[in-house]
Amino acid sequence: MNEIKTENVSFSYDQKTIVLKDINLTLANKPTAIIGQNGAGKSTLVKLFKGLLKPTEGDIWINGKNTKEFTAAQLASHIGLVFQNPGDQIFKHKVIDEVMFGPLNIGQSREKAYQNSIEALKKVHMEKYKDENPYDLNLSQQKLVTIASILAMDPPIIIFDEPTIGQDDFGKELLKNLIRDLAAEGKLVLTIIHDMDFVAETFERTIVMNQGEVILDGPTREVFAKEDIIKLAKLDLPHVMQMAKVFGIEETVLTVDELITRLQRI
Amino acid sequence: MKKIIVDSLKYKYPGTDNLALNDISFEVEEGEIIGIVGKNGSGKTSLSLSLTGLIPHFFGGGYGGKVLVDGLEVRNSTVTEISERVGYVFDNPFSQMTAAKYTVYEEVAFGLENMGLPREEIKKRVDWSLQLLDLESIKEKYPFDLSGGQMQRVAIAGVIAMKPQILVLDEPTSQLDPEGSEEVFQVIQSLAQEGITILIVEHKLEKIAKFCDKILLLHEGQLIDFNHPQEVFSRDDLKDYGIMPPVFTRVCRALDIKNPLTGHYPVTLEEVTQLVKNHE
Repeated sequence: MNEIKTENVSFSYDQKTIVLKDINLTLANKPTAIIGQNGAGKSTLVKLFKGLLKPTEGDIWINGKNTKEFTAAQLASHIGLVFQNPGDQIFKHKVIDEVMFGPLNIGQSREKAYQNSIEALKKVHMEKYKDENPYDLNLSQQKLVTIASILAMDPPIIIFDEPTIGQDDFGKELLKNLIRDLAAEGKLVLTIIHDMDFVAETFERTIVMNQGEVILDGPTREVFAKEDIIKLAKLDLPHVMQMAKVFGIEETVLTVDELITRLQRI
Repeated sequence: MKKIIVDSLKYKYPGTDNLALNDISFEVEEGEIIGIVGKNGSGKTSLSLSLTGLIPHFFGGGYGGKVLVDGLEVRNSTVTEISERVGYVFDNPFSQMTAAKYTVYEEVAFGLENMGLPREEIKKRVDWSLQLLDLESIKEKYPFDLSGGQMQRVAIAGVIAMKPQILVLDEPTSQLDPEGSEEVFQVIQSLAQEGITILIVEHKLEKIAKFCDKILLLHEGQLIDFNHPQEVFSRDDLKDYGIMPPVFTRVCRALDIKNPLTGHYPVTLEEVTQLVKNHE
């Protein structure tokens, strides 16, 4: 069982402005969404998980390892982070080299790294671009390459920062299935995301952050039932719930199919 | 007045065999907001670039037909001439940052300085633009220290400060939270009300349906439809083009709820709300 545990974690970049305040979370195998406004502290939190930043106060354990006692490089085989902006991640001139970099770096043999990289590219439907220059790809394709780079390392914990940026309906469906498959394989998948419809359809657990604090955490269905807190965090309800309210349905609905079934009963 | 005329446009990137844009024709009136939709690879970005002149002047390749922006024929004009009329916001805000400036304020002023405007006018426009995009509190920050969402708003601010007649935006809200994204669409709407013509590439179809006058549907480089959102999103064959209509339309279609006034399925929450009210 994979686990991220935080205890009284606070963080500040400059000792003055508090970016994260007293975060206490235990994250286990349920696919989990982290939602909140731009600037709520979501990206900082996952950088702490990854060991790229260390808590100013408190502790974080990644599968039992305290991030203060390990470098980000040492944690790399345990936890993978797909950055929001592919430009922060991509630096090779060939897609396959880009994807193989991580696996080689954590000690996979060349042959194994190649095999894993091809498999990973297949999972995101990008294998036919393996010999292209990643800088020639568009934003949504670059995003898929950076996802493959992390999958190829096969870490037990995977974090996506805004994976649906630039993706069309096909790409979103692909990511939805990928997240479910990874969870079914027993991996811990965390995702920072602004697309509330995608959250409702994909994640079992949702964490709401606001101004550096966790203000709500629970099963996605229960989280979206608390409209006042969602509004306080300046977020929206999923479109299906907005529509359900128009028809006077007060219970939580998470998918289009659920709403259709519910309306057919009226 | 016609602000954009695209007539039988064909385009092929250098070294490729397929037409990225295949015989596209449409016209846009002043102050209209047009949503460009289609799956990835359908030609949305290529069409946007052909309005800015980067196609064909920067990318080269095979080019046929005609594109007129504010009366200027793109093929026979320089990118500089076109850029005085057409502002372009890239899908990746990192591509837009000049990397030559040290503060958000200077970054937003950059285009205006290049236009050679007087100091007072630059200050006025930058302040207006920063206020519109809610960037005043971070105007002294270094552009590359910003979050993706903040950078996206800076990119938009820099372009609208130049007050182009035509504004082309490629997924301008992809990194923004729901509130920020709604705000950007409201800014776009108010610019259109001032007479600026807007084309916007966007995957958030609920937003497109709410804010756009017309939808331009592309598939494999061809123009499939150019019509009001209600008409386009009521098409039976959207699946063939890799498009899922807005959530509201999907639900109404399944339950066969049409708007009696238009004969189409509703496309916005406001439209659904009105229908339910009328029914009661």
